[in-house]
Amino acid sequence: MIGFTYLAAILATLPLVLILAHLVRKGASSLSLAFFTHMPGSVGEPGGGMANAIVGTLMLIGIASIIGLPIGIGAGLYLAEKKGTPLASTVRFLSDVLNGLPSIVMGIFAWEVLVRPVRHFSALAGGVALGAMMIPLVTRTTEEMLLVVPTSLREAALALGYPKWRTSISVVLRTALAGIVTGALVAVARIAGETAPLLFTALGNQFWSTSVREPIAALPLQIFTYAINAYDEWHRQAWAGALVLITIVLIISLAARFATRSRFGAPVD
Amino acid sequence: MTAVAPVARPASAAAANTIGTIEARDFSFWYGKKQALKGISMKVPPRSVTALIGPSGCGKSTFLRSINRLNDLIPGVRHEGDLCLDSNSVYNPSLDVVALRQRVGMVFQRWNPFPKSIYENVAYGPRINGIADEASLDEIVERSLRRTAIWDEVKDRLRTSALGLSGGQQQRVCIARALANQPEVLLLDEPASALDPSSTQRIEELVYELKRELTIIIVTHNLQQAARASEYTAFFFTGELVEFGPTEQIFTSPREERTEAYITGRFG
Ligand SMILES: Nc1ncnc2c1ncn2[C@@H]1O[C@H](COP(=O)(O)OP(=O)(O)OP(=O)(O)O)[C@@H](O)[C@H]1O
Ligand SMILES: [Mg+2]
Repeated sequence: MIGFTYLAAILATLPLVLILAHLVRKGASSLSLAFFTHMPGSVGEPGGGMANAIVGTLMLIGIASIIGLPIGIGAGLYLAEKKGTPLASTVRFLSDVLNGLPSIVMGIFAWEVLVRPVRHFSALAGGVALGAMMIPLVTRTTEEMLLVVPTSLREAALALGYPKWRTSISVVLRTALAGIVTGALVAVARIAGETAPLLFTALGNQFWSTSVREPIAALPLQIFTYAINAYDEWHRQAWAGALVLITIVLIISLAARFATRSRFGAPVD
Repeated sequence: MTAVAPVARPASAAAANTIGTIEARDFSFWYGKKQALKGISMKVPPRSVTALIGPSGCGKSTFLRSINRLNDLIPGVRHEGDLCLDSNSVYNPSLDVVALRQRVGMVFQRWNPFPKSIYENVAYGPRINGIADEASLDEIVERSLRRTAIWDEVKDRLRTSALGLSGGQQQRVCIARALANQPEVLLLDEPASALDPSSTQRIEELVYELKRELTIIIVTHNLQQAARASEYTAFFFTGELVEFGPTEQIFTSPREERTEAYITGRFG
């Protein structure tokens, strides 16, 4: 049994190792400074980069975070404070449902409400779709992080004469902060590589654009476009783009790990 | 000594002798429908050590947490009768609960330092009292840690996490944290029950030392500890106060049969 779990533990990490190795092998050679600073070249033409897609992805992440983080953290606070109420139970259940929603459904829905009425694809629509995907993730991690703050800490502050609201902020929120930041970063990492919700919203853009009202390029979309094309050069670029995307996700994940390590070691039990 | 007490306290010398008197007057307490305390009446003299003993679930913690009104936070609780600190009801609607809790310190069974440095833990209470200048805080922190006999052990690591200390040390930091507010009363809810014998002994010695300065009420399941560390003993049973008196009398010649049964270990 131990032997099996040992094997399973190795196998669980195998996909990541294989993917990384493959990406580095296929994509690293196409990575150069130009890849980060240049626009895509014309069809078949060698060289060119994904500057617009990298910036586009960062913008989409930004828009999604502006929407997803405050709503998610606020809702999480509510769920933790009002545990037993019917509204809290409903919100918790719906969050879990939303969490399991296929991202393509989110994309179609975003198209229906944000793109079709204005007859215009836009970065904003893409960011909103990604932000909506972040909300339930952030809500649930925030709630969980707040709930593990021990009552004993809350009571310690109250018994010292701290008013209730100050206890909530300076003890409960502060103690949970590292966990909430981690949850937020994990959510960001999750949506950074989403493709389906962007297909019908941000659409992609071969040109430089940073306008929220225009279609915008994004790494996942660019990779998709290049990968299904016939040109070898574009395939190489797609691999390089995938390597950049996964690096962004890894950096965010590492930041999340780092945030968990609070300054004073393990949280109290 | 720096001025640390923004809370109004009796000024005259005569009144000073009675600071820290706690009196329960026919006090009852309910969690929803469940009655946890039944008509408790007792008067704890100032600057004394009183042990609360009794079997699990008899209401010892409830009584303790009623004095600093920590139980108020639980939904559906209510009380009848009264609890007074220095002849003023702690349930007086005009009373500031925050000020009350600064006068009545509390130490919990499970040591609960904040995930902060030793220094910040002890300075936590004074800070909310508006003491901001470093010199005063330094002084309060040192004095409080000396009073809990842990200063020499931690003076070189004040800025490191309190969570890095042993359980017994953490508990003494928690006592120092409570003392930093200069309370009149210190409530200890089984402060040593999770500690090893030598740490337990240190806490007991501490309790003895402190009683010269403030009123101490300590909950314990350890009858030897109660007999050793207290001057008065209150025996609770199913929410009632069965007997209250000098510790020696309670342990050698209890008036109530139930007290005797508990002390001789026939139940509980
Ligand atoms: N938050 C609560 N809600 C409902 N009932 C409670 C609550 N806290 C305590 N009680 C009940 O009140 C009674 C007294 O509890 P209390 O904690 O005061 O006992 P105790 O003497 O401190 O016991 P122990 O020695 O186990 O700590 C018990 O029957 C307990 O189940
Ligand atoms: Mg108890």
